[in-house]
Amino acid sequence: MAAVTENDGVMRAADGTPLKQALARATRMNKIRAFLLTTPLLAFILVTFILPIGLMLFRSVSAPEVVEAFPKTIAILKEWDGEDLPGEETYAMLATEMSDRDNRFNLGKAGTRLNYIESGFRSLMNLTVRRIKRAEEPPYKDAFIKIDERWGQVDTWKTIQLAGDPYTIRAYLNALDLTQAPSGEIVAQPEIKQIYVTLFLRTIWVSLGVTAACILLAYPISYLLATLPAGTANLLMIFVLLPFWTSLLVRTTSWIVLLQTNGVINDILVWIGIVGDEDRIQMIYNMTGTFIAMTHILLPFMVLPLYSVMKTIPKDHMRAARSLGANPAIAFARIYMPQTVPGVGAGSILVFILAIGYYITPALVGGQDGQLISNIIEYHMKKSLNWSLAAALGGILLAGVLALYWLYNRIVGINNMKLG
Amino acid sequence: MRAVKPSSLLIAGLAAIGLTTAAHAADTITVVSWGGAYTNSQVKAYHEPWMAQTGNKINSEDYNGGLAEIRAQVEAGNVTWDLVDVELADAVRGCDEGILEPLPLDELPAGADGTPAKDDFISGTLHECAVGEIVWSTVYAYDKSKVSGSPMTIADFFDTKKFPGKRGLRKTAKVNLEWALMADGVPAGEVYAMLATPEGVDRAFKKLDTIKNDVVWWEAGAQPPQLLADGEVVMTSAYNGRLFNAIAKEGKPFEIVWDAQVWDIDLWVMPKGTKNKAVAWEFVKYSTDTQRLADQAKYISYGPVRKSSFAKVQKDMQPHMPTAPANFKNPLQNDFGFWADYGDELNERFNAWLAG
Repeated sequence: MAAVTENDGVMRAADGTPLKQALARATRMNKIRAFLLTTPLLAFILVTFILPIGLMLFRSVSAPEVVEAFPKTIAILKEWDGEDLPGEETYAMLATEMSDRDNRFNLGKAGTRLNYIESGFRSLMNLTVRRIKRAEEPPYKDAFIKIDERWGQVDTWKTIQLAGDPYTIRAYLNALDLTQAPSGEIVAQPEIKQIYVTLFLRTIWVSLGVTAACILLAYPISYLLATLPAGTANLLMIFVLLPFWTSLLVRTTSWIVLLQTNGVINDILVWIGIVGDEDRIQMIYNMTGTFIAMTHILLPFMVLPLYSVMKTIPKDHMRAARSLGANPAIAFARIYMPQTVPGVGAGSILVFILAIGYYITPALVGGQDGQLISNIIEYHMKKSLNWSLAAALGGILLAGVLALYWLYNRIVGINNMKLG
Repeated sequence: MRAVKPSSLLIAGLAAIGLTTAAHAADTITVVSWGGAYTNSQVKAYHEPWMAQTGNKINSEDYNGGLAEIRAQVEAGNVTWDLVDVELADAVRGCDEGILEPLPLDELPAGADGTPAKDDFISGTLHECAVGEIVWSTVYAYDKSKVSGSPMTIADFFDTKKFPGKRGLRKTAKVNLEWALMADGVPAGEVYAMLATPEGVDRAFKKLDTIKNDVVWWEAGAQPPQLLADGEVVMTSAYNGRLFNAIAKEGKPFEIVWDAQVWDIDLWVMPKGTKNKAVAWEFVKYSTDTQRLADQAKYISYGPVRKSSFAKVQKDMQPHMPTAPANFKNPLQNDFGFWADYGDELNERFNAWLAG
């Protein structure tokens, strides 16, 4: 033993410091060095991944526009009981804040925010802002109601009062097909507006379906790749990798060429005589198109982990099982298959998580019933500019993926996942 | 995110180390438009002569419309687009929200005949933050070789019994709801008033229901002529200029039906905080003068927004313009105010209707 033992029973190094301390000092340098080596990656992830996601999630609950445009009116409305129309001073304050030139762009943003809650608010705001400047004389209440009768309705003011809260869960309610009535009660959206829950469920079903299809298709080919002689296997591998290396967009548009009504596949079917020229099969711009194209594009993500796991399974296992009396089917089911579970698990979770966020392919070949939730998120990001709603939808999707990951860990165990 | 173009890097680098020999360094501005035949007409009529004349460079980019990229750039404080070609509803909304630069409209050059700019531009085509360029139309066209008989009205588009086959429509509520009402017998002048009522909206969706299963939805302007050419649809809505391009330049057997055309304008806007404001404004002034607007009509059948440009448009192009008297029957002007108000709600319902 290198340490000197003193009578207090503590192990000490040669210089008399306790061994524990000396050891800690020696490893501290290593720990610091290890940490320093990871800092570039840590900073990169923080700046490009955690921070944007955090900001986006913050957007889903933040709604500061109305209170920024009308701070004083909102302050007065806080005291308002919501029973009768607010008093003259509220109208006067709103008129003052609407006439403030420096406030101009805030007014536009507030109008947009209010319009999310109640359609028509944007023009009500614009109209009122234009006209109220001319009505310099009190009483403002009459002037407002003269501009538009909606200013004489309690619900209009309740909407402003509601929107005056800088934080709101409205976007999340909206994303779950719920809404908040002016009274504050949470109710279901009218049926004609319900869409998001349907799309979330559809996205999950499609992703599960694509994952299942990938397992069915990838299992035999991976088995073949893993058992064939190296030369043939490499040749086959090229067929898996070539599409993998091809641009997603190219592959999706190729499917359009193949599947469309006057496309290659329909032409062949008509030529063989399976279908008539008049009733060609609609294989694209619907769910079928989305499903086929997504399965094809995600297949390599299943083949590669499966192949790398199967490659490591010794051939002797099967031979041993056979020699001990198992028939080929039993040997395969009880000896070979259990050993491929980590590969199936890894492939499934890769394919499933990629599928759940897919949007280019459904956008191009999905048509009306092949759209997934990410297409709606894209719509709210790019077209309607309702970023709060887009963020809320994204937040729910993120939570869903994390929940599934947790479930997967509970059932299969993340330690059992093997990518190679 | 847009990658920095090597050429602009090179120019920046050269300027930085003082190697430029010209009296003033050439400026590069990024001009964003809708791509395809339309951008091409702008490049030919505006970009190329301007670059030749001033020595400045133009970076031409494509997008699919909407304000999302502009808002993102302005909010991030990193504006890389200098000029964007937008629809009127977006110009108004962007100006209201303060993400567009207000423009000094009185600096616009007078028309070739001396009319001051504010009188020369068609009414409604100049806006605090935007300068109009073209009048364009959403119309529908059919493939003569695939449709027996000749559809004449918007009602024929919705009549799949008389004219069987798939239809193409843009995947948005705009234009489709208006057309549905007009096909159901509502006069153009009453369309928006009716759409502002719940009954009117129900009526429009009920009409759309009748063709829902026969529709292929498109998103980018280049798609509908392609869908028609592929035989994927027998008739489709499209922008009139794109159809002109397919018919006149590519010789496709398409026929345009002008009934119930929904016309709109496209305008230049400048995202707030662009670093090249002065140069971009010079380009706007140049590209919207009488001659340039007339020149653009050589390459695509969109009408100029300046009155003084009409006379200079080539005679053989005039019958293809949306505003030509023979075509301008039963037209409907897109009501940007209506869409700014009800767009969110109607699009939401439209999306739900599509997915249901």
